[in-house]
Amino acid sequence: MLTDLTIAAARDGLRAKDFSAVDLTMAHLHAIEALNPRLNAFITVSHAKAVDQARAADVALAAGEQRALTGIPLAIKDLFCTEGVRTTAGSKMLSPFVPPYESTVTAKLLHDGAVFLGKANLDEFAMGSSNMTSAYGPVENPWKRRQDDTAVLVPGGSSGGSAAAVSARLAMGATGTDTGGSIRQPASFCGLVGVKPTYGRCSRWGVVAFASSLDHPGPFARTVQDSAILLRSMAGHDPKDSTSANLPVPDFEAACRRGVKGLRIGIPREYRSDGMPVEIDALWQQGIDWLRAAGAEIVDVSLPHTKYGLATYYIVAPAEASSNLARYDGVRFGARENGGDLRDLYERTRAEGFGPEVRRRILIGTYVLSAGYYDAYYLRAQKIRALILKDFTDAFGRVDALLAPTAPSAAFAQGENMDDPIQMYLNDLFTVPANLAGVPAASVPAGLDANGLPLGLQVIGKPFDEETVFAVSTAIEQAARFTALPSLRAGG
Amino acid sequence: MSLDHATVRRIASLARIRVEDHEVEPLCHELNGILGWIEQLNEVDVSGIAPLTGAANMAAPLREDVVTDGGYPEKVLANAPERIGDFYVVPKVVE
Repeated sequence: MLTDLTIAAARDGLRAKDFSAVDLTMAHLHAIEALNPRLNAFITVSHAKAVDQARAADVALAAGEQRALTGIPLAIKDLFCTEGVRTTAGSKMLSPFVPPYESTVTAKLLHDGAVFLGKANLDEFAMGSSNMTSAYGPVENPWKRRQDDTAVLVPGGSSGGSAAAVSARLAMGATGTDTGGSIRQPASFCGLVGVKPTYGRCSRWGVVAFASSLDHPGPFARTVQDSAILLRSMAGHDPKDSTSANLPVPDFEAACRRGVKGLRIGIPREYRSDGMPVEIDALWQQGIDWLRAAGAEIVDVSLPHTKYGLATYYIVAPAEASSNLARYDGVRFGARENGGDLRDLYERTRAEGFGPEVRRRILIGTYVLSAGYYDAYYLRAQKIRALILKDFTDAFGRVDALLAPTAPSAAFAQGENMDDPIQMYLNDLFTVPANLAGVPAASVPAGLDANGLPLGLQVIGKPFDEETVFAVSTAIEQAARFTALPSLRAGG
Repeated sequence: MSLDHATVRRIASLARIRVEDHEVEPLCHELNGILGWIEQLNEVDVSGIAPLTGAANMAAPLREDVVTDGGYPEKVLANAPERIGDFYVVPKVVE
């Protein structure tokens, strides 16, 4: 089936004229028609636009002009502004918003010939680890528990729609954003490869802002090679983002073939938490054995401030969010709730437009930045952030990459972890430190738990050394031979 | 540090988010839960540590102070909830 192809295989098939770009896009649009009513992975399906883009791809292919992604159908997280296509950020606040411009990352993908199938569901303003906070409804994980196939599992979050779409073969790849784990955790929950590159590698321009110093755009795909193909198209310097790095983009796909012989892989001992499920610990050990067998040297390392990462994150991210989300005032764009005077209009608009989790984070952020509390909370958190970065810098003086679990559990059911916000926050325990430090990290599917649900391993690299992350990830992929398929998928 | 009802109302007012009376107590409980959990950061010795504002290890780029964009009021106003001509409309703010 066309929907089962990897991006790399589809690229070859298109070049060889085995099928057309319109065939490929139509196969995915049919899959969306069949499965999206249940999965709710897409908020908006841009059917007509996708077909137009696929026709243009066929014209280019007929003229012998094949770019990196010509005719490849993708899902775009509904946090990336797309010109003329509604962009909601999963919020009621932006339900009427149609961007008059295209984000840099999506513009680069279009320039490389990609076809956009539509806008993928997400937690509201990317705040969540389950996709349960979306104003457009939850997303169903295409994977089922072997013993209980009636339980509806979450795809993880915040990029839950992107992950569910790629996993169920509704798209060949997808964009996501990762502020505290929002690419890697859903990748782990849905049996996918998810890559959070180095801070500054992908432009944030045109991506609806959550926490600017922590937001990282990145790709989802079903193989490491496909994720490398996508990242190469998404990355690159952008003068419109003042934190975008002015560095050449390496050939990530070539880096996948490097192997790990002679690499030093660090095992951060602080990630071995007391409550860690036995099978995740066992999978981690398995990953260590795989890399050693592939010729890497395993080194025990310490990241002493790991346990403070999450609490630090829950000061820094809400602080930045409270500032970024101040723009939603009901005046210039987005939803408006009328009231008496202007202040009443602001307060009613923001009470109506934001869901409970977003409101909670804005209030925490406002508090930690307010007069009298700034030093005790925000400044202290920034200092601990410096210590967390130093932990990584010290470790990378001794090793080339780190190996750790991605998430402390497999996918949980809708409704679980909902009573206590902190319980939900703990999902990001292993992913948040890489956001605070800005270092690249990937999640690779490595095995199944006793319920038959996917579990990922996380590879963390040095700043701007995604190439080593891809090399190590490929070694894990080759050793793990992860061939399990989700219950819900196109043609399944 | 534990928040009381008056502080929750003050924060909500600073954040320009309307909070109904019946929402104050549950919010107070949730926010105190999160802030209590964050207290663990007090055990870290941060003396002599410079704060880290972000992960971009680079100097802020400079550019010429010239207009490089603009001149399309229709695009800018296209998403306005309410407009008159090239202006946003808000409730009267000056008597």
